[in-house]
Amino acid sequence: MSQLRTLPTRRHQRRTAGTLVALVTIVPLAACSTPAASPGVDEETITIGTHTPLTGPAAAGYSSISAAASAYFDYLNDNGGIHGRSIEYVVKDDAYNPATTQTVVRELVQEDEVLAVVNGLGTPTHSAVLDYLNENEVPDLFVASGSPSWDQPETYPWTFAYNADYITEGKVLAHHAQQTYDDAVYCVLGQDDDFGTDFTVGLTTVLDELATTQTYSVSNQDVTAQIGAMQAAGCTVNFLATVNGFTALALGTAAKMGYRAQWLSSSSGGDYPTLVGYLGEDVGPALLEGFVSTNYLPFSADDPWVELFQKVNDEYNDGAPFTGNTVFGMSVAYTFAEALARAGEDPTRESLVEALESGEVVGNGIVPLEFGKDSRRSFGGVGITVVSGGVQDYVGEVYTTDTGDGDVVVYDGEAVALENDGIPQS
Amino acid sequence: MNARRTLLLALGGLVLAIGLTFLLDPYRNYQLAIAAAYLCATAGLTVLVGLSGQLSLGHAALMAAGGYGYALTSQALTSAGVGGLPRFLAATVAAVVAAGVLGLLLGLAGARLHGPYLAGLTLTLVVAVPAVAASVGALQGDRGVQTQFEGVPGPLKALIALEQWQAWVALAVAAVAVTGLALVRDGRTGLRMRAVRDDEVAAALAGIAPARVKVLAFVVSSVTAGLGGAVLTFVTQSVSPGAYTVSLSLLLLVAVVVGGLGSLLGAALGAVLLVLLPWLVGTVTDALPLPSQVTQRLDGTLPLLVFGLLLIVLVAGAPGGLAGALTAARARRRTRRRPPAPGPSAARLVPAATTRPGELREPVRTPTEG
Repeated sequence: MSQLRTLPTRRHQRRTAGTLVALVTIVPLAACSTPAASPGVDEETITIGTHTPLTGPAAAGYSSISAAASAYFDYLNDNGGIHGRSIEYVVKDDAYNPATTQTVVRELVQEDEVLAVVNGLGTPTHSAVLDYLNENEVPDLFVASGSPSWDQPETYPWTFAYNADYITEGKVLAHHAQQTYDDAVYCVLGQDDDFGTDFTVGLTTVLDELATTQTYSVSNQDVTAQIGAMQAAGCTVNFLATVNGFTALALGTAAKMGYRAQWLSSSSGGDYPTLVGYLGEDVGPALLEGFVSTNYLPFSADDPWVELFQKVNDEYNDGAPFTGNTVFGMSVAYTFAEALARAGEDPTRESLVEALESGEVVGNGIVPLEFGKDSRRSFGGVGITVVSGGVQDYVGEVYTTDTGDGDVVVYDGEAVALENDGIPQS
Repeated sequence: MNARRTLLLALGGLVLAIGLTFLLDPYRNYQLAIAAAYLCATAGLTVLVGLSGQLSLGHAALMAAGGYGYALTSQALTSAGVGGLPRFLAATVAAVVAAGVLGLLLGLAGARLHGPYLAGLTLTLVVAVPAVAASVGALQGDRGVQTQFEGVPGPLKALIALEQWQAWVALAVAAVAVTGLALVRDGRTGLRMRAVRDDEVAAALAGIAPARVKVLAFVVSSVTAGLGGAVLTFVTQSVSPGAYTVSLSLLLLVAVVVGGLGSLLGAALGAVLLVLLPWLVGTVTDALPLPSQVTQRLDGTLPLLVFGLLLIVLVAGAPGGLAGALTAARARRRTRRRPPAPGPSAARLVPAATTRPGELREPVRTPTEG
């Protein structure tokens, strides 16, 4: 094959030399080009972006979040936007694959030149871009995962969490269980990553002992062995650090095996409408009766926030099913708008982070956000919801705690009230 | 002489490619680095399939082996306080060893198998490796292994962006891999591979041990795939099972066929297509006035469809792939532009023109043919 090629001629060599000279002259010019002062901000729009699963196995549980957030941004834009600018939300599909996340986030930062990455979803996926975003000093706001790794202001000053962290959720659920059930045998089924591990750490901080700790891998759609082990260990109160799909799978498998127990789930896998979607309208409500989960966002049907979100969902989201994901997505969008409103007339990446560090951004949860100079933690507490008669709603107290071995205490403040139709003012 | 020319050509190409990175913005440089990583794998695959006639659907698994080898060694060295170039080199060597050993095992089994059976074996491997990686605790499950962030080295920091530096490293590694493969292809081993591919019995009668040649081809190909995995891990600072799925394996093969089986230029074209096509399709669908729901759904799936169509069109229209079509077009143009005239340059062209039928006599064979 090599004999096919001709040897380079004089002319070829001269041409190559010419190309090299051209390159050498262009090099300094190209190196001089500097990026714009504040990316993602122009006269009329603010561009932000996110990575989220829209295709693949995780899409079913989470794709409605970005749609809800987009709908809320549309609502804001139709009402004058923030400081006269409308918000453009670029949603990129990463199929819950960390390798794809790497690519799409670079695309957001370098191609779309976003002001910030908002609500990047997932622990494994977002971990893959944590260094990249902080290295490039891009605000990495409201990560949709409860991993405590987002709260590291020293190492990752540009990253801010959004979900209540899994340790807090575990501690509060364990405390609730201690108060509620007598002579219980406690067990846990957790995802085989930080989600499961951190949640279990929270549980064991409060409870002395777990009868068995079972784990599952997202890539294996069968939890019969794990549920069987829990049944064999005589578990009566089971904690779940599972995503929505696996919560449904666990409950369904237990029902098939004729195994009855009390189930308490992290907020990440405890959304009633989504679970009914998985289990089916016919058996879902029966299986989920008495199901306990944590939450930190407005959820009661008569809450002013929920009424507003429902209105926005009907008008801007084609009346998509109203679930916990809808509330989550819209709450994130509201919180970003609030931060943007406090970041000054002409926001920059720095002023956005300063606004969050000032502690003035409180969000719309049942407890105010805890962001500050040395805190990237979002919600310091969670409430308990129970499904009763096909309706999931808050019961009893809201609890706050820390991520260490501090006590779980009752929160005596108020939830953040709705003001000005959910359109933040500076 | 021949080997020296290959080396000079590789060096020149590398310098030119590194110069090219100055013309690209950071995102293009990132894409270039990824393409260089894929090139390591496609180049190895094209030599394996095109030259030795063994079909592998498992190159993503070999890349994964390289990636995990790189990441785990890099992590261990970081905690031992080693950094910079020694860490990179040691981790790359580990990647080569990991992929090479896996390739050796696969090759040993593969030398006993033919056509679809070998394809089946490699397919099993690529299904198994991510599943094993996801369930072994030391490999940290679906999340994968993260490596220490490696920035631009001190003196260059003021000059170039991180992505450009990563592109340089990726290009350098790819140049090493491709040069090695070119040397193998043009040398005695390449000749033996072709002999075994065309007729094993005849090759054995000529004193070649077919099994040994096939295993060697597999190891060489695995080593470059491992280098690809190492580069990918270096660029993205992480390796996870989700990055090395069956679909990547199949796409690598499609890229090789589209580029032109057995051609290193084709492997390069295929690798560039692998990176650019999803991006191009995404840009086009974003520009079209479609509802955002539709765009988002098309995002992940349309590139695959386009790739498939491209494959069908090329196999039907130009079985030699892009590289084959390019060579044919160049040869046609040359004969048309310069009618046979006496002179030294024409004399040099004659062998090129006469070897064309020779090239046709030895068509690219798919391994299933024998």
